[in-house]
Amino acid sequence: MSKDTLLRVEDLVLHFKTQKGSVRAVDGVFFDLAHKEAVVILGESGCGKSSLAKAILRLLPRNIDKYSGKIYLEGDETMAMDDENYRQNVRWVRMSLVPQAAMNSLNPVLKVGDQVAEPMIIHHGVKKEEALIQAAKMFQHVGVPVDFLDRYAFELSGGMRQRVAIAMSLVTAPALVILDEPTSALDVLTQANIFNVLKRLKQELEVSFVLITHDIATSSELADRVAVMYAGQILEVSDAHRFFNEPLHPYSRMLMASVPRLRANTEPEFITGQPPSLLDPPKGCRFADRCPKRFAKCAEEPPVVNVDGIQVKCWLYTS
Amino acid sequence: MNSFKRNLQEILKYPSAIAGSLIILLLVIVAGIVLATIPYSEAIRLWRGGEEVWYANPQYAPPAWINYFRKEKLPVSFSLDSLETDGEKIVTTFEDVDGTTSRTNITYTFDFQADVVPQEMSLYFDAVYVSKQPFVSIKWITPDGRELRVGDFGVDKRMTYRLSQDEKLKRRLGGVVPMVGLFADPNSETGVPLKGTYQLVLESVSFEKDSSIHAEFVFFGQVFGLAGTDHLRRDLTLPLLYGVPIALAFGLLAALGTSVLTMIIAAIGAWYGGWVDELIQRITEVNLVLPFLSILIMVGTFYSRSIWTILGVTVLLSIFTGGIKGFRAIFLQVKESAYIEAARAYGSSDIRVIFKYLIPRMIPLLIPGLVSSVPAFVFLEASLAILGLGDPVLPTWGKIINDAQTNAALYKGLYYWVLEPAVLLMITGLGFAMLGFALDRIFNPRLRGI
Amino acid sequence: MTDKQRDVLLSIQDLHVWFELRRFGFGHAGYVKAVDGVTFDLHFGETIAIVGESGCGKSSLMKTILGLNKPTKGKVIFENLDVGALSGEALRQYRAHIGYVQQDPFGALAPFMNVQQILEEPLLINGVKDAAERERRVRKVMEEVKLTPVDDFLHKFPHMLSGGQQQRVVIARAIILEPKLVVADEPVSMLDASVRVEILKLLRGLQEKYHMAVIYITHDLSTVRYFSERVFVMYAGNVVEKAPVNSIVHNPKHPYTAALMDATSDPDANNALTMRELPPGEPPSLVNPPPGCRFHPRCPKRIENLCEVEEPYDLQADDHLVSCWLYK
Ligand SMILES: Nc1ncnc2c1ncn2[C@@H]1O[C@H](COP(=O)(O)OP(=O)(O)OP(=O)(O)O)[C@@H](O)[C@H]1O
Ligand SMILES: Nc1ncnc2c1ncn2[C@@H]1O[C@H](COP(=O)(O)OP(=O)(O)O)[C@@H](O)[C@H]1O
Ligand code: SF4
Ligand code: SF4
Ligand SMILES: [Mg+2]
Ligand SMILES: [Mg+2]
Repeated sequence: MSKDTLLRVEDLVLHFKTQKGSVRAVDGVFFDLAHKEAVVILGESGCGKSSLAKAILRLLPRNIDKYSGKIYLEGDETMAMDDENYRQNVRWVRMSLVPQAAMNSLNPVLKVGDQVAEPMIIHHGVKKEEALIQAAKMFQHVGVPVDFLDRYAFELSGGMRQRVAIAMSLVTAPALVILDEPTSALDVLTQANIFNVLKRLKQELEVSFVLITHDIATSSELADRVAVMYAGQILEVSDAHRFFNEPLHPYSRMLMASVPRLRANTEPEFITGQPPSLLDPPKGCRFADRCPKRFAKCAEEPPVVNVDGIQVKCWLYTS
Repeated sequence: MNSFKRNLQEILKYPSAIAGSLIILLLVIVAGIVLATIPYSEAIRLWRGGEEVWYANPQYAPPAWINYFRKEKLPVSFSLDSLETDGEKIVTTFEDVDGTTSRTNITYTFDFQADVVPQEMSLYFDAVYVSKQPFVSIKWITPDGRELRVGDFGVDKRMTYRLSQDEKLKRRLGGVVPMVGLFADPNSETGVPLKGTYQLVLESVSFEKDSSIHAEFVFFGQVFGLAGTDHLRRDLTLPLLYGVPIALAFGLLAALGTSVLTMIIAAIGAWYGGWVDELIQRITEVNLVLPFLSILIMVGTFYSRSIWTILGVTVLLSIFTGGIKGFRAIFLQVKESAYIEAARAYGSSDIRVIFKYLIPRMIPLLIPGLVSSVPAFVFLEASLAILGLGDPVLPTWGKIINDAQTNAALYKGLYYWVLEPAVLLMITGLGFAMLGFALDRIFNPRLRGI
Repeated sequence: MTDKQRDVLLSIQDLHVWFELRRFGFGHAGYVKAVDGVTFDLHFGETIAIVGESGCGKSSLMKTILGLNKPTKGKVIFENLDVGALSGEALRQYRAHIGYVQQDPFGALAPFMNVQQILEEPLLINGVKDAAERERRVRKVMEEVKLTPVDDFLHKFPHMLSGGQQQRVVIARAIILEPKLVVADEPVSMLDASVRVEILKLLRGLQEKYHMAVIYITHDLSTVRYFSERVFVMYAGNVVEKAPVNSIVHNPKHPYTAALMDATSDPDANNALTMRELPPGEPPSLVNPPPGCRFHPRCPKRIENLCEVEEPYDLQADDHLVSCWLYK
């Protein structure tokens, strides 16, 4: 592990117990991320992205079937910590989260300033006045006028609420923020604005991001690295330049080809079929039934191959 | 249907739902059997029957099974009719003396094992003659072989002879009450009755060719049948059993009528909005402050106590209550759904939107509420009856309690009279409540998403 | 065939759709001017895209076309029929002439009906009495939208279908009465990237096959090229630019259109290296829109003493119309 690695996830597994059986929402996820970097987790809806966020931050529901793997945060193995220690020293102190649809889950009866100050009070035990000063600083960073501190969530536009949610995740100065679909419900201009904010935060606050999204085009606004997720697994981890120019995994290639482009004349192509059920995923390569390059070997679980620093989980790249 | 099966499977996961369903199923089966075996008119005839129908029953007799809980056993009522032959118990001999005169001997034999003497013993004669009365002399044979003369008299065409009221018999027994005297153990100081086989022998002589005589011997014990009797000697199994279909019908019809009408009216209000909605809201607000029970009592007192009238008024008054506001709030939300907008876009009429798109969405929410509201209506009907406002002709649970109350049953220690209908009421309420509770758990989480 | 040679199917003339705001349920408190003076013609078999941020009045415009909202002022003429004047049964029948594809496919389907029931509804309502005929048409339309094998889907309920499949059902329902016009209100914004293209292609294929006119409403400029002949850009209740799709993409004239284009990303790693130039602020309130050009508070090219005073009007440049003083 290089000294610069901020987060390293190895073979992370999170299965949920349901009446129909075990849902293998996160099933052997790996990736790593350096300081001041942003990694994008790309995947279709239902592939386990939000579950991955929960697994990393140990925000678990009760119906856990299996939860295992290794997570190193600046070299500390967080999976080995007990819950109390984790809650006090890791979650929201060193890593925080902007949950999916966060802008719609702000407390409607609390002033947004108080909500942003709340994590400071809880985790750093500071006085409310002090926390509010910090909150005001954060508002400036994310581009919310400071006089909005006294407003309620319903008085703000969607874009402003999303910025408030981001401010809330940053107020305790964590080294890493996980953003779960931060712009999915927003308009293009608002979306672009939020990405401007995130880019600036990355430089000004030296914070790292895990950006979870299904939107390939906007993900390129922030990505230093890209991890492609499919049916609970990571299929490719690459650096952004190589990924957006030419991804390696057949699924990544098809995903890229499916993106409509404003500035190029290529006709987008869709991927036929649907991702497999996470209740009973296929034995071999999980992408096999949609893969045009499928061959005999694909009936077995593909290994993760390192191709010049890009990790690909596909039989095509085994020599 | 698939979703029906799935719901059923889910219901079976709740023990309370299973227990509740079993209770309801049992009640429904009982109701079915009762309605099939005792027609409505027959039930009413029996219930309104009085002495002629119920002469053979003791009064205020607790059910026979209370003997299981008593050290001192009470005698069970029974009757023996000479028209029927019943093995050893009734032996009738007939002897033609000379073509006109004949002798008929009837011997009733019964086993007596109780520790208390019966309320009464009576003979109901049925004599056929033109001008000359048959003559009967009655003997009492105790288990230890003593023979006592009871009485001798001419028999009218229909006549009742009550042993306890025969003053001569009382004198003959040395001044003790006949029931005590007849059963007394001569060797006992305490007056504990003698146990064993007793016989009552009727020796009759008829003086006409076609004359004949029959008699029914009725032993009025201290306990009777499965449910006991009331002040009018009526067997309480009748109202207890007949109360099942009536309670179910009232409860279910009222619950169904109220819920369905409430839902439809709420849907109409929410859909059309404007003055329609306003009107419904105002009616509801007015109705909410009206004293529900008082109105029912007034209707019962001044207009009609028929169960159908009361049912109608109950439903009417229950429609415009909190339920309508709850439904309305959800309908207002559902009304804005994209699928309703789509239905309007492809040309649905208002009526179709209401009945085909709005209401079906609500049915999962309706069912648990409906089931849970059944007991309230069952209790309401019973309460009205207890207050003396029950349907005057129908045998119902509430009516039993009402009778018990007016006859000071609890004061007299006749607990069975109140407890039997009360327990049935509770079981019914419990059955629906348990099922409703489980249904609520099953249906509601799915609705949170709308 | 140029536009002029085609007949006009739908004509929107100076359309205003205002919603009254009420204080505490009564008492007038102004109007939300959701559509404020929109004019355009749509021809038989033509596809147009209406682009704009949420809240700019796209859905209100479309609902007025569908007869779900009443015009406050102006006219909606559909094949010589004045839609605003229709009511009751006539309005009900008119609505059935237009297919409607909504944004949220799951919400657009009654959760207690299966696919067959859902697709039969428009037929039942519009007088197809013969059950065999209905089933035949349901099966045919399911083939059209590639919900195949049909028997696998007929009896499924919406929650058993994926988002893409749900949207196919919605599309099937929209075209089952063979409408001359289909309105698709952000039909793919709730779907996954890989499914979006599939649904858009399906819609385009159907449009070409049946020569339907389609109004495609979206806030995503990157998809309009694959779908429409003309693009209308809406801002705060007005159409600010109308042009053939290639003109818009290669030569956006209105500063707002340009801003929308600038904000739209293509997948490119270099995006992460630069900040995007964006107009400041947010779209104005539609109750009290800014005077003059509604975009002027955010416009980088604002002409002082003109833009904030006088409302710009449509300026013709061939078939490229733009409402901006820069092009006077
Ligand atoms: N608490 C839970 N119990 C059971 N299954 C769950 C639970 N949470 C998520 N799942 C299932 O796990 C799978 C992955 O869910 P997840 O929310 O992580 O997907 P996602 O990639 O974030 O999707 P989206 O893009 O829609 O947000 C889904 O099949 C989901 O239904
Ligand atoms: N029924 C209504 N009553 C009041 N305001 C409405 C109504 N429908 C839409 N609006 C308002 O009109 C404006 C335009 O909305 P809409 O047409 O839905 O925009 P878009 O589809 O472009 O997102 C918004 O401000 C919205 O709140
Ligand atoms: S392992 Fe085989 S099936 Fe899977 S992506 Fe690679 S080539 Fe395709
Ligand atoms: S009219 Fe003026 S303010 Fe409006 S877009 Fe054009 S230049 Fe900008
Ligand atoms: Mg998610
Ligand atoms: Mg809209």
